[in-house]
Amino acid sequence: MVERRPLLTFIQHAVLILGAAIFVFPIYLAFVASTHTAQEVNTGIPLLPGDEMWTNYAQVLGEGLSTVGAPPLGLMLFNSAVMALSITAGKIAISLLSSFAIVYFRFPFRVLAFWTIFITLMLPVEVRILPTYEVVASLGMLNSYAGLSIPLIASATATFLFRQFFMTVPDELTEAARIDGAGPMKFFRDILVPLSRTNLAALFVILFIYGWNQYLWPLLVTTDESYYTIVMGIQRMANAGEETPQWHLIMATAIMALLPPVVVILGMQRLFVRGLVEVEK
Amino acid sequence: MRTKKVTFRHRWLPYLLVAPQIAITIVFFIWPASQALYQSVLRQDAFGLRTEFVGLQNFARLFADPLYIKSFFTTIAFSAMVAGLSMLVALILAVMADRVIRRATVYRTLLIWPYAVAPAVAGVLWWFLFNPTIGIAAYALDQLGYDWNHYSSGSDAMALIVIAAAWRQVSYNFLFFLAGLQAIPRSLTEAAAIDGAGPFKRFWSIQMPLLSPTVFFLIVVNVVYAFFETFGIVHATTSGGPGNATNILVYKVWRDAFEGLNLGSSAAQSVVLMVIVIALTAIQFRYIERRVEY
Repeated sequence: MVERRPLLTFIQHAVLILGAAIFVFPIYLAFVASTHTAQEVNTGIPLLPGDEMWTNYAQVLGEGLSTVGAPPLGLMLFNSAVMALSITAGKIAISLLSSFAIVYFRFPFRVLAFWTIFITLMLPVEVRILPTYEVVASLGMLNSYAGLSIPLIASATATFLFRQFFMTVPDELTEAARIDGAGPMKFFRDILVPLSRTNLAALFVILFIYGWNQYLWPLLVTTDESYYTIVMGIQRMANAGEETPQWHLIMATAIMALLPPVVVILGMQRLFVRGLVEVEK
Repeated sequence: MRTKKVTFRHRWLPYLLVAPQIAITIVFFIWPASQALYQSVLRQDAFGLRTEFVGLQNFARLFADPLYIKSFFTTIAFSAMVAGLSMLVALILAVMADRVIRRATVYRTLLIWPYAVAPAVAGVLWWFLFNPTIGIAAYALDQLGYDWNHYSSGSDAMALIVIAAAWRQVSYNFLFFLAGLQAIPRSLTEAAAIDGAGPFKRFWSIQMPLLSPTVFFLIVVNVVYAFFETFGIVHATTSGGPGNATNILVYKVWRDAFEGLNLGSSAAQSVVLMVIVIALTAIQFRYIERRVEY
């Protein structure tokens, strides 16, 4: 701070605290609602947590909302985890390999390969919904973990991040490795990958959140309840049609759906911030 | 394109290395995208038995359709409001957090996590908060004399999805504004302070101009987000209603394909969306190039 202005300092803390409070409020209220009975929630929501937490969470985790065709939360959480982790691992693996090839080799069609990958940056799933669905359907990948994750693992962002990072690795390292008789794959495994550790971790955070929060894609490729992910499953509960929505259970589901990515972000905050700023550069 | 000065030589290894990514890109990106282009110039009869080439007729029909034009304007209004609201709030918070030296990371922690919440979940949370019968925000508005009902009022429903979409995006904008502000050399602000410029003057004549690249970058990112990533919010809450008031383009393209089964029109809509994405990406890249020149 440049100068001392007690009033301004007070105002800025007040604004920040107020801002943080507004940010937390929807989640707090969702948590409160998830700890009461349906009746208590429907007759004017209390502002303090109740004592039905274990009953509600046990019900959604174990049984789900069979009345609206939502499977138990345990299963949906498992599906989300499988999907998020396969997308993350797949994206990291294929981009590491392809950016290694693009940076460290000179081969015909290199520029073409680079542009083919680059194009994916421009075309999010949302703009080519139907044809992508048709491809996946004709490959017989509907209602499978492969169908949930493989179409989403081609990523230009991860490839760009690794390419940029590889360009900063000193050439002396490559020369030294070559003089010592190391082949390209040995150099990749023993030097390049260990050097990329921090970038790998930062990318892991970003991609895990991306994978976990997918909504449209699981909605398209799953019709079998046992492959529902939690983020899309919550919508089935909220749009229960004629019935009154069971808000206390929906909110318990919402809390469970947002907990894993929030824990990842807060636990790896430094890496997340770094990853986000680097990816967008 | 740049390469390393020191490279490896191998006859087939590089092809093997790029193969997985190229294969997935072709099967799940390039092929479907070209299918969309192809289908956008065809029309199928009601039974899917015959298809004929109709040229640009699908596009002509699309832009003659008042519902599509309405959806277009809805989307533009929606993204302008999301970008404006989330950037304004984020900028205020970032300027405040930048002035705080101690506990700045505490505030950052409190403000960044909504980014981890899926758009659909964010939508459901606010949907509950504003529920006309049991929602606490709707109750508060009622006390103030406003009868909130997002089931019947189009503008209420729009306000709801704007708030839900912006809530999540503030975190993202906040991080970039804070990083941008912290990159401004302290000596500049200190020199201005010595010359007698107060905090507001310093903000307008030093911080804001130096932040303008960040502002421009965030406008593009936020518009892309509002255009394409908010499907979950609309689908999980308003379903485009009431009366198409929240029927944004990505939602409409999905609904026309999977509920209306209108393939030619949906493909044409996909192509329009692709053009928009490519234009926005091009703008972003021009900006990045310019930044490199500094």
